[in-house]
Amino acid sequence: MGPHRPRPPRIARPAPPPGRPARPSRRSVLGAGLAASLGAGALSGCSAGGDGSLVVAIVSNPQMQDAIGLIDHFTAEHPDIDVRFVSLPENEARAKITASVASGGGEFDVVMISNYETPLWAANGWLTDLEPYIARTAGYAPEDFVPTIREALSVDGAMHSVPFYGESAFLVYREDLFEEAGLEMPDRPTWDELREFAAILHDPEAGRAGIALRGLAGWGENLAPINTVINTFGGRWFDMDWTPHLDSPEVLEAVSTYVDTVRSFGQAGAATSGFGDCLTLFSQGNAAMWFDATSMVSGIEDPRSSTVVGRTGYTQGPTRDTDATGWLYSWALAIPETSPRKDAAWEFIAWMTHPDYFPLVGEEVGWEALPPGSRLSTYEIPEYAELSSTYAEPTLSSMESATQDNAMTQEVPYPGLQFVGIPEFQDLGTRVGQQLSAAIAGSKSVEEALEQSQTFAASVARTYQEEG
Amino acid sequence: MSALAAAPGTAAPGAVTPHRRPRGVVTGHLLSVLAWAAGLLFFAPVAWMVMTSFKQESQAASNPPTFFFTPTLEQYTSIIGSAAAGSYVLNSVLATGISTLLVLALAVPAAYAVSIRPVKRTQDVLFFVISTKMLPVVAVIMPIYVIAGQIRMLDHILTLIVLYTAMNLPIAIWMMRSFFLEVPAEVLEAASIDGASLLRTMRTVLLPMVAPGVAATALICVIFAWNEFFFALNLTAADAATVPIFLLSTMTSEGQFLARLSAASVLASLPVVLAGWIAQKQLVRGLSMGAVK
Repeated sequence: MGPHRPRPPRIARPAPPPGRPARPSRRSVLGAGLAASLGAGALSGCSAGGDGSLVVAIVSNPQMQDAIGLIDHFTAEHPDIDVRFVSLPENEARAKITASVASGGGEFDVVMISNYETPLWAANGWLTDLEPYIARTAGYAPEDFVPTIREALSVDGAMHSVPFYGESAFLVYREDLFEEAGLEMPDRPTWDELREFAAILHDPEAGRAGIALRGLAGWGENLAPINTVINTFGGRWFDMDWTPHLDSPEVLEAVSTYVDTVRSFGQAGAATSGFGDCLTLFSQGNAAMWFDATSMVSGIEDPRSSTVVGRTGYTQGPTRDTDATGWLYSWALAIPETSPRKDAAWEFIAWMTHPDYFPLVGEEVGWEALPPGSRLSTYEIPEYAELSSTYAEPTLSSMESATQDNAMTQEVPYPGLQFVGIPEFQDLGTRVGQQLSAAIAGSKSVEEALEQSQTFAASVARTYQEEG
Repeated sequence: MSALAAAPGTAAPGAVTPHRRPRGVVTGHLLSVLAWAAGLLFFAPVAWMVMTSFKQESQAASNPPTFFFTPTLEQYTSIIGSAAAGSYVLNSVLATGISTLLVLALAVPAAYAVSIRPVKRTQDVLFFVISTKMLPVVAVIMPIYVIAGQIRMLDHILTLIVLYTAMNLPIAIWMMRSFFLEVPAEVLEAASIDGASLLRTMRTVLLPMVAPGVAATALICVIFAWNEFFFALNLTAADAATVPIFLLSTMTSEGQFLARLSAASVLASLPVVLAGWIAQKQLVRGLSMGAVK
């Protein structure tokens, strides 16, 4: 660049005396202010949405992504309702929805929560009673919901959230590998049988684990399957006086069995694998068995992402002292009390959970993508019945038997099978999950992990013991 | 990145004197190899991300990893085709662009004051400014959330603009200060003897001299604001969500997402990479300018 050409000095504005800084002129200050306020005005115009739109917070699982993709069908019927989604992975969605609903932040008109939150939040008066809305919706058929799920989402007989899908837990296994090894999977396998099979089919050199089991710390991760083992081995978190029993012989035996199974015959790096990792592992043919949520079928039976379609069998989860095992979980939709657009919110919820939604998904996305486990009638749709012939019955029976009476041996003062239905459990469960994950990693013994867990549980129990 | 990392190695042979050539050449080559190794090591995750973005989901999740595959643009077309992605980008552009302009508008005069016309307590002011960065963000998120909720500013892009401005201001003031300190006092004296006003001195003398510094500061602000995740996650919902939240929404706890997430990440990092590319020349001067005194 060449040198600057000297400019002639301006005459109109005399320069200030040297040493004293000049002030910006009034005009330039006004100009800046005007520009700033114009900018702010333009921004508020840019910020989309506004009063007319319905904000829906949901978990970004595949079935919910499908619903987002189908939203045009809803807006065609309701051109006056503009739906906007906030879709996040489970942990972030849960944290965000909890913060918003608990503090009355009011960002959301519809929230996706589970059967863990529903009774707790309904008791706090945070959720809208949905019964009046259900009653006036044509063809909604609430009696069609899986009974155990419906009960879990009701408080005093009134539903405060309605299920989008529901799940229990069962065991998937590779029929071809069982046949090759001359093994036969019984209808109701026990933990001893499961360990035998796992030992035979475990082949790390071929990159195949005998069984895939969750190890990732978290109350919704490793604690879910581990709690089913504690339940069927006769253990419990708290007795009726809220005395914690995580250091009892039953719990020790249950957790030792689980940890030893996964360490001896499980996948490599089990301490950090959650549902998603196990799904990838099994659907890529790297595990012979997997005990986990029944919703696994959407991934395992999808030929686009799975290499084991048609080579799988399903059966009830492993038991010992109980007839049944499993859990009950549902992603459900609710309306926070803070929403000013409850009627529109219900219109959306009714669309996404109505019996008519299922044929729509089947035709537009694929029959394997139907949200499973919420409605009994789903399994009567001919296309889905054919597709789900191997897992429909195990799914429904494990959900129907997922009650404390069937899957536990002792009485407990809290609701829940794979979780303890108290608000403190999100934190307590995650801490205990971390201890058990450390045991799976081998950095701690099971005894040490449970001893530490017992002290966590004891500090939570104190509040309830005092309330007595 | 690799180009920058390789620079010391390529410069070394030119710096050696003739009579020490044999040893110098060996050291130079060794340094080159080291620099390339370090460069490739840092670049490997980025390369892997780009590679994954052209895979199918099942290839992205396979174990052992797939190295040879038929590339597909499926992930990119599905992201670019989705209507929702546009609003995330618009929000990010607004929050990043406006907050950076505000930061520069405030930091340049502030840095001028503390470096060229310091007063008695200037050091304390500077310390106070930087001390606002010492509190972890997570410690203040709850009060910010409650206040934003009460003034009905949750999920509003203005909230992010204000926060990003406040977040970047201390760094910008400190950076700009170091650039202003490099300007020789004689130049300013000369300008004032010639009768230039403060604005004129700023416009025609100071700013051209510190322009590389302004570019470097602006780029740092753009990068920090573009990548900001924590505030955006907690304070936005449907209307004001930014690109990092879009990346998060492509993840799922059930099902495969690595290929789609990689494609979204590549697209999300493009603007920053481009900005860095365009400003490269200014940057090299700007980033080294404040460092050497």
